[in-house]
Amino acid sequence: MLVSEMKPDEEILDMLEMVHSIYLVGCNGCAEVCKTGGAKAVAAYRKFLETQDKEVSGICNVDFLCNNVLTGTRLVREIEPIDRSEAILVFSCGVGVQVVGAVVDKPVFPAANTISMGGHFGLWPGAEKCAQCGNCVLGYTGGICPVTGCAKSLVNGQCGGTTRGGDCEVEKGRPCAWLQIYERLKTIDRLDLYRRILAPQDKSKLMPGVKQRKTLYWAIDQDVKRKE
Amino acid sequence: MSVSQLQHKLENRSFVVTGETGPPKGTNMNQCLHRAENHLKGRCDAVNVTDNQSAIMRTGSLATCRLFMDRDMEPVFQMVCRDRNAIALQSDILSAYALGIRNVLALTGDHQALGDHPQASGVFDLDSVSLLKALCTLESGRDISGNVLDGAPKFCKGAVVTPGAEPVEPQIIKMEKKVEAGAQFFQTQAVYDIKQFETFMKRVEKFNVPVLAGQVILKSAGMARFLNANVSGINVPEHLISKLEKDKEAAKSGQTGARICADFVKEAKAMCQGVHLMTLGWDHLVPDIFEMADLG
Repeated sequence: MLVSEMKPDEEILDMLEMVHSIYLVGCNGCAEVCKTGGAKAVAAYRKFLETQDKEVSGICNVDFLCNNVLTGTRLVREIEPIDRSEAILVFSCGVGVQVVGAVVDKPVFPAANTISMGGHFGLWPGAEKCAQCGNCVLGYTGGICPVTGCAKSLVNGQCGGTTRGGDCEVEKGRPCAWLQIYERLKTIDRLDLYRRILAPQDKSKLMPGVKQRKTLYWAIDQDVKRKE
Repeated sequence: MSVSQLQHKLENRSFVVTGETGPPKGTNMNQCLHRAENHLKGRCDAVNVTDNQSAIMRTGSLATCRLFMDRDMEPVFQMVCRDRNAIALQSDILSAYALGIRNVLALTGDHQALGDHPQASGVFDLDSVSLLKALCTLESGRDISGNVLDGAPKFCKGAVVTPGAEPVEPQIIKMEKKVEAGAQFFQTQAVYDIKQFETFMKRVEKFNVPVLAGQVILKSAGMARFLNANVSGINVPEHLISKLEKDKEAAKSGQTGARICADFVKEAKAMCQGVHLMTLGWDHLVPDIFEMADLG
């Protein structure tokens, strides 16, 4: 099970500041259980966005967004409305956001923070893609995660250690995530996002709060004990 | 009002020279302090003290900075984000102020995997940008959690940039973020290609912040080739490598490297506000460089 919680509306609107028309992609997997995804949650958010003077160009809900092949084949049918949109807002864990970012050349923004994956890591290589940090920054980084991609998990840009070939200072053959983010933001013409100064990651979020714990296996264990 | 001699000179638009010293691995401070006293004191406006440079565990920058001050040398306290969490970084900033240190250089820090303790954890609660912001927040009388301080510090805050990075644009964007976060001066990664440096300076002119061009003294042609192949953003032009190759004895004694450095400094004077000399132990060449480059 993969646990996510909605980002505050203000944060989502801040990410979408320069965007008018938005395409929504939701996940019917774990995110639906957490009410951060699924047809109902996405439709409700559409209404909210419309009250904020945003235009929603379409919605697509995919069973497991972390399945990159499935997501690719579903989104291929939505090329026309996606093309008309300036950005995609994704209702899923961090893996789902990165899958959408990898298959569509549009800015992608996360609607949720991924706070824990208690056991299940999604279908697209999980641990390398999403650290369940609870402070999803994918909206500012072109859908490429610096928390997992950068050896130092830097959120404010490239350090001085990138090699001549574009590798990380730590390991040959490991691409510098920030160089990838730079290239990606340049491609989608959103280098303004690179200029943003992001606050330090809130590391207390690495441990899911009490409210979320009931969905984790060890909390369920506690429940069973309590009932005994 | 300036908080340090370095800041005073930067604000007066004087040409500034900073040096750099790495504390020893161990408790024997004599060599490190004597070298700085004999060769840098009275010449460099301030001397950077590195913070577990290259992720190699050594005596700390904070203590060494204070020892420099005891010997009438103004230090620049280098701080990396690798080894301390957000609490320890802020605490050391306050400690530095209490000890009289007034110049701080904010860096991300090399990854611990590159040093002699690859088994250690890298913290990176903050990065170079958020460390600069934290310095400003502390100066405003609060910590980064918003708690009120009993007495606030005031520093001259610096940062670094790599003019020779390829591509250079992400470096420049990050430099802009550092300026926005409070950086008052920049020291650069070593630069040798004066044309490339000139182009870089034109691009960052708009930030209106003093830049000190970094210089690492070249010890041999082999070293120059190594830097070219392995260190990000360093490009030693071929004509300088041949100079080092031509007279091996002169290169070995440091005379060629000092000359190359002095030539660069002379040209850079018209382009930027100072130089940062990284001697890597060859502090004894600094007096020669001053003379050859007509530095005050």
